[in-house]
Amino acid sequence: MENFQTVVVETDLLILGGGMSACGAAFEAAHWAKQNGLRVTLVDKAAMDRSGAVAMGLSAINMYLGLKEGRNSVTDYVRYVKNDLMGIVRDDLVANIARHVDSSVHLFEKWGLPIWKDPEGHYVNEGRWQIMISGESYKTIVAEAAKNALHELGENGSYFERIFITEPLVREGRCVGAAGFSVRENKFYIFRARAVLAAMGGAVHIFRPRSVGEGLGRSWYPPFNSGASTYFTLRAGAELTCQEVRFVPVRFKDAYGPVGAWFLLFRAQARNALDEDYMTSRASELQKWAPYGLSSPLPANLRNYLMLLDIRDGKGPVYMRTDEAIRNRVAQISEEKEARRELKKLENEAWEDFLDMTISQALLWASENISPDEKPSEIAACEPYFIGSHSGASGAWVSGPEDIAPDPYKWGYGQMTTVRGLFAAGDASGASSHKFSSGSFTEGRIAAKEAIRFCTGHEFPPGMEEEEIKRLKDVILKPLSLYEENKNYTIDPEVNPRYLKPKSFMFRLQKIMDEYAAGVNSQFRTSEAMLKKGLGHLEILKEDASSLAAENLHELMRCWENIHRLAQAETHIRTMLYRQETRWPGYYFRTDYPEMKNDWRCFVNCRQDPATGEWEMFRRDVIDLV
Amino acid sequence: MPSFVITEKCDGCKALDRTACQYICPNDLMILNRDISKAYNRAPEMCWECYSCVKICPTQAIEVRGYADFVPLGAVVQPLRGTDAILWTVKFRNNTVKRFRFPIRTTPEGSIAPDAGFSTGTADLKSPLLRTEPSSLGTEDLTTF
Ligand SMILES: Cc1cc2nc3c(=O)[nH]c(=O)nc-3n(C[C@H](O)[C@H](O)[C@H](O)COP(=O)(O)OP(=O)(O)OC[C@H]3O[C@@H](n4cnc5c(N)ncnc54)[C@H](O)[C@@H]3O)c2cc1C
Ligand code: SF4
Ligand code: SF4
Repeated sequence: MENFQTVVVETDLLILGGGMSACGAAFEAAHWAKQNGLRVTLVDKAAMDRSGAVAMGLSAINMYLGLKEGRNSVTDYVRYVKNDLMGIVRDDLVANIARHVDSSVHLFEKWGLPIWKDPEGHYVNEGRWQIMISGESYKTIVAEAAKNALHELGENGSYFERIFITEPLVREGRCVGAAGFSVRENKFYIFRARAVLAAMGGAVHIFRPRSVGEGLGRSWYPPFNSGASTYFTLRAGAELTCQEVRFVPVRFKDAYGPVGAWFLLFRAQARNALDEDYMTSRASELQKWAPYGLSSPLPANLRNYLMLLDIRDGKGPVYMRTDEAIRNRVAQISEEKEARRELKKLENEAWEDFLDMTISQALLWASENISPDEKPSEIAACEPYFIGSHSGASGAWVSGPEDIAPDPYKWGYGQMTTVRGLFAAGDASGASSHKFSSGSFTEGRIAAKEAIRFCTGHEFPPGMEEEEIKRLKDVILKPLSLYEENKNYTIDPEVNPRYLKPKSFMFRLQKIMDEYAAGVNSQFRTSEAMLKKGLGHLEILKEDASSLAAENLHELMRCWENIHRLAQAETHIRTMLYRQETRWPGYYFRTDYPEMKNDWRCFVNCRQDPATGEWEMFRRDVIDLV
Repeated sequence: MPSFVITEKCDGCKALDRTACQYICPNDLMILNRDISKAYNRAPEMCWECYSCVKICPTQAIEVRGYADFVPLGAVVQPLRGTDAILWTVKFRNNTVKRFRFPIRTTPEGSIAPDAGFSTGTADLKSPLLRTEPSSLGTEDLTTF
């Protein structure tokens, strides 16, 4: 790969990713770096204006407490999140985000994000914690603020777009940078830093999606987040947590359109084909999952579970009764003109909900001639995703805030993983779910301030050996050379016994996960025997990863995305295997351990030794603060 | 097919060194065919239908045809994004047309001042207060449990 230039960039804080948490980090870091004469560099695989899960926009901010109006307390939020996660969450991390999140939302509003207001000037709530926005440009606005903050640093602030990050640089147990490559030009990058923040989102396409033809890319979670955070932190030697806590959202079927506004704002009900409301007809099932099953609001996974039971018993399809919800709303208004106006308003709100964040759903409704006031629409469970910032919890095990965290939860710097100098936020940090867009941005801010503090107390790491750079470069660019050397062996370079193209690799991974690790086609059920079989297949796939081949830079990125996905798949299977109970039955069900057990109310954490590849699986206590 | 480019409308962004659609696609799908100076989606099955390319194209050359796996033919959902609002035209399979206009931002593009007029109440790196706090919180201090 002599035609690849090696570029070495030196900085103090290196922010990996350009999504919500990375933008929060850039905004925060710029301020503290300026006061301390430090440099900040952000690296994104895409263009910050439209990268990550908020690329398309959002129609709600899902985490806002309203502290200044005394509407909720931090304690309320921690209780809500812990209940939703069936008792397993880091109270200290959730509380820390909750006490700061409103300030982020107030900044968004000042920056120009249109937040819905009622006639008295208060934010319009969708549910207790969610506020409605006209959020088509949410990400563009937040990215502009982050870039402008970096500009304030002059030549000490910079960002790189279209650089794909693959590997961590680790020296004597400290993370001192990252390696990656440009997806636009033949350049190999080494970023050297005092501190590194991983904020590269969650993962999708590990499980087979419901559509596998042209609709493959229409997963609920964006296909461009592919497990880089998990891979990066794991390879650096960090301890990971909650890797079994995947997220399975229920959404409008096929286009995966949002249901939040329909359930919370328009008060619609979901019912099966026999017109039964599974929330009522299956209420007795919830006893088994007490105390969480008996609380309000009911945890997301248990709502899923009741629906999945109906589907398993052949009572599907399940419909969101949009027609009825609209009728009920309009029926409350006696005056006809007023009622028509209300209908119009509802129609606008319903379409905006889709057009702001899942345009495909609007296209599907238009193509099926659906008017929501006339016809109900089918909902279904999506394939599993890894999104620790939403209603899953997977991510790195990070140190808690000095003034809140109990001793076992803190080791010097907030948001730092168990690897010195490596911080994590958003989907990259675990056991602190329900952060969503606003909380992820906020967690990025918290992490950045702490990482800058780390920089002030730590020397810039000594230089890297030429040998080491060359070795990394060879490994990372290998798929290109493998392809060049072997492509002419067959007439059609797509089918060649000497290498594997990334797409075939991904399909193999998805098939294993779907069939053995509780995907859609196994109705989210698995067992020890199935998981072990799946793990065996993964081991061989891991060997074949060294035969991945790429025709160009775009495919090189696809190769590495799938190596990242493989790491996420393995932590997931190993953690599900270790936990001998069923705790989130609507996310996955262990048929050999069908019950929730008190002695499993603990975190399951894992770590892979980067040198030997050996895995450690172990428990950590849940320490209740509320 | 997810996004597709209409041959007649695409001018290859006038052969500038980077095309708008290629610049913006979060999944690195849009690419210029240099021979004909026109862009295309190189892997429609990896498209999220996020419409980022559609919204940014200066000649409105990009549209979206719903995924062949499950979307019947005949519908069109097309935006026109301005500086403060977005206009949507939703055409149904049965030719019904609905139009919507939603605000997208309340400040001029490029004008964002990060602090937004809030002040930071501490210079201490060890304080839990973040940039612009407590002023941006609207409360006197941090509240915890
Ligand atoms: C469909 C959907 C709907 C949602 N709805 C809402 C909602 O209504 N309200 C709400 O508040 N929240 C919502 N969320 C949640 C919210 O989007 C996430 O919580 C938030 O985006 C997480 O922030 P993050 O920074 O961790 O990840 P992201 O914002 O996804 O950012 C990840 C970043 O990492 C970059 N990246 C990835 N891999 C690499 C790599 N290898 N090298 C370099 N860069 C890389 C990406 O380009 C991107 O910039 C929704 C999420 C989804 C998926
Ligand atoms: S942005 Fe539009 S005009 Fe420019 S290259 Fe892409 S499709 Fe063609
Ligand atoms: S719709 Fe989005 S994912 Fe698809 S090509 Fe356009 S920018 Fe890329």
